[in-house]
Order: sequence, then C-alpha cells, then structure tokens
Amino acid sequence: MEKNINITLKVWRQNGAKAKGRFETYKVDNVSTGSSFLEMLDMLNEQLINENKEPVAFDHDCREGICGMCSLYINGRPHGPDDDVTTCQLHMRKFKDGQTITIEPWRSAAFPVIHDLIVDRRAFDKIIAAGGYVSVNTGGVPDANAIAIPKPDADEAMDSASCIGCGACVAACKNGSAMLFVSAKVSQLALLPQGRVEGARRAKAMVAKMDELGFGNCTNTGACEVECPKNISLSNIARLNREFLCAKLQD
Amino acid sequence: MSNLLTASIGRKLLMSVSGLFLILFLFVHLFLNSFLLLDGVFGFEQGQMFNAGVHFMGTNPLIKIVEPILALGFILHIVYSLILTFQNMKARGPQAYASGKKTSGVEFASQNMLVLGIVIVSFLAVHILNFYMKMKGFIAWEAAEVEFPFLGNMAKGEDAYSLVNATFKVLPIVILYVVGSVALAFHLSHGFWSGFQTIGWNNATWMPRLKCISNIVAIILGGGFAVIAVAQYLFF
Repeated sequence: MEKNINITLKVWRQNGAKAKGRFETYKVDNVSTGSSFLEMLDMLNEQLINENKEPVAFDHDCREGICGMCSLYINGRPHGPDDDVTTCQLHMRKFKDGQTITIEPWRSAAFPVIHDLIVDRRAFDKIIAAGGYVSVNTGGVPDANAIAIPKPDADEAMDSASCIGCGACVAACKNGSAMLFVSAKVSQLALLPQGRVEGARRAKAMVAKMDELGFGNCTNTGACEVECPKNISLSNIARLNREFLCAKLQD
Repeated sequence: MSNLLTASIGRKLLMSVSGLFLILFLFVHLFLNSFLLLDGVFGFEQGQMFNAGVHFMGTNPLIKIVEPILALGFILHIVYSLILTFQNMKARGPQAYASGKKTSGVEFASQNMLVLGIVIVSFLAVHILNFYMKMKGFIAWEAAEVEFPFLGNMAKGEDAYSLVNATFKVLPIVILYVVGSVALAFHLSHGFWSGFQTIGWNNATWMPRLKCISNIVAIILGGGFAVIAVAQYLFF
C-alpha cells in the first residue's frame, strides 16, 4: 500500500573539508512511500533550491545498487534501516509518518568529509591501485574448459567480487578498519587461477597500503558483515589473514 | 618477515597467539583448581590433592621455564591491546555518530574486549596478591607444613589449601572472583574464535564451529573458576 508521509530530517551540513559542520533540520511533506531514499533527498533539494538555499550535497550515481557511490549513515546504520541494500534502494516505506530521520556522512579518519554528506573515499581506490588487479598476460580468450575451476570456488570468488566498495564496512566498524573491503578484493582474485599467481604480492601490497592510509585494526567484531549491502562474508577476512601471513612467511 | 610486526595483521597475530597461549594456561590452572573440590571423589583427606598439585607446580623445573614465558604472554597481550586500541580510536576519528550505532546482531563481548580485559586485569591484580605472592614467598603468611606420603617419597610442602579455603570464606572476595570469572567468560567467548580467525584458520564452514567451541571454552573456563570459588565458600 503506497501512501504519502511527512517526515523531519536532521541533516549534517558542512561547507568544506576544513569547515565546522552542524545539523540542520528540514521538513519534507507528501513523500510517497514508494519513492527511494535518494528521491526523497531530491525532493528536499528541490525545496531548498526554491527557497534559494544551498542544496544538500550527497553521493549517488547508478541508483540501482551496483555502483557503490551512494553512502549515508541513516538513523544509526550505514545505508539505513533495511538489510542488504544500498541507500539508493532503500524505500521510504521503511519509515513512519512523522518520523525524524538523522542523516550523517560516513565517519572515519580515512574518509574525511568533503562537503555535507560526501566523504573522500579515494583511499579505497589507492588500495586497489596497490595490487587489486591481475597484471600477468592471460593471452586471448581461452576455451571455457581449458582451466577447470571447481564450482564452489567460482561461486565464492563471485560472492567476494560482489563488493561494490561503498565503504559501509568502514563506516560501521568501531575501529575504522577496511579489512572487509580489502579481504573481498584479495579473495575474488586469490580464489581463481589467474589471480592466484600474484596472490602473495597482492596481499602484502594491499595490506601495506591499507595500514599506510590510516585504517584501523580488525577485531572481528562483525558489524561490517551485518551492514554490508552485498553480504560480503567475514570468512574473507580469515582468507586475507592467511594470504598475508603465508606471504610474509615466504619472505 | 622483517616488518611483519609493524603491519596491522602482524600486530593482530601477536594478540591472537598470546591470547590462545593464555587460554592453554587457563586450562592447566583450572585443572589444578579442580583438585580443590575433588578430594572426596578420590578418597583423599581434604586439601591433600590441591597441596600436592601446588607442591608439584612449585618444584617442577619445567614450570620454572614456562613461568617467564607465561609472564611474557600476559605482557604482550596487554601491551598490544593498548597499542591496537589506541590506533583504532585514531582510525575511527573523533566524530561520533549522532544517531548512535544500531547495527543488530553484533556480539556484546566483541565490542567490549578492552573493558572486559580491564576487569580481568583488575581481578588478576587482587588474585596475584591473594595467592601467587604468598605461595611464592613474596608476602609472608603462616604456612603449616604438610606431607605427601601418597606421592611415594616423603615430600613436604606448604598447606596452600588452607590459604585458599580461608580466602574463599570472605564473601566480598568470592563475589569479586565470580565477577572476574564472568568477565573472563565473555572475553573468551569472542577471543577464542577471533584468535583462530586472525591466524587465518577459519572459513565459512568453520565459522559456526569455532564460535560454538568458543562458547564452550568460555563456559568451561569462566564457569569452572566461578563454581570452584562459590563451592569453596558454601561447602568446604
């Protein structure tokens, strides 16, 4: 049943990286419960523009949950109250009429706020650039049966590869650790023969970059796994630990 | 290898290995503590088994070697927990979430390992003053001498059982020991499986198994120490 609700928003506003931020309160009326959270923010921004105020800056791109661009810490949870979805796929039917919704940016020392709700997530790109790729020449397209890969391995690699790098794991982590992200990126390649070749170098390079960028140490608390919109499993972290420690022992 | 311990996973490895080593120690400790209750079962006079155990642990050369390693384990575990926590607070940043943390399904213990650790260390300080310092002769106490004819020779030792029994007759001390044991149980319920996860010995299949074993270890050790203290207060 779709209906319209009236809500109050408490939004984090910050004019720049160095500026002091504060919460601003806005009212948005007649929001359809069938609209997405970002569409509701679009309504808010339209309202602000009509009032000659500066619209709220927030990250978004594909709006279908696959690009990893949207973020937002909504009412105490990254990507809001729904499970296993990104903010763009969060529907307003998850909220009640008259409810106050608090919207904050990701909070982590490695993800500094750029403007309002937008944080700088380039740290993730730097970790990928440190080794999250295959650089060996794999030649032309081989026959599908030339290298046999067991189905469970292929499935697990695919599950790890579903990480979209949104940063919800870091936002949820009490330690500001990026281990779930890094472990997914190491796992998706380590599980397959083409990526296996450079496994040791990759694990060392990506962990070194992660440490250098100021992410915290994992305590296996598991909040990341709960909040991950793509259900990346904590077992990836065990694999990363294994990959890293084995690589170090070989040195 | 050279810079292993400067990496985050290397520091976690130290936490994990030292923690698992300390769990091994706790099992040995609990095994000897169980002698406090078992005299009747094996037909000894009250305190004989425990006194023999204390005598063995106090005179065995192997224990003399393991003791400093054990101390090192404690020190490493505590020092690295402080280093890691400090780094994590820095990585987390100064700004807390105004809307709090509403992530559900996260273990209580895993979010409060430092607090639980501080409770355990506080308990440990009292515990060492109560027993270790006295049995090792750092603090003077009136120890009666006991003999162990059943050990085959006429070995002699101090009557440690009376010390333990007298200590556990004081209600506040028993309560303190129970609190320490409960904190230990929670600490271990996360620490045990987390240790294996950090070493890398975990996967989707083993995760539920390790968590189950973790809870069993926590109940055996935490529950065991608590039950012995309470039983000494009530029945001995």
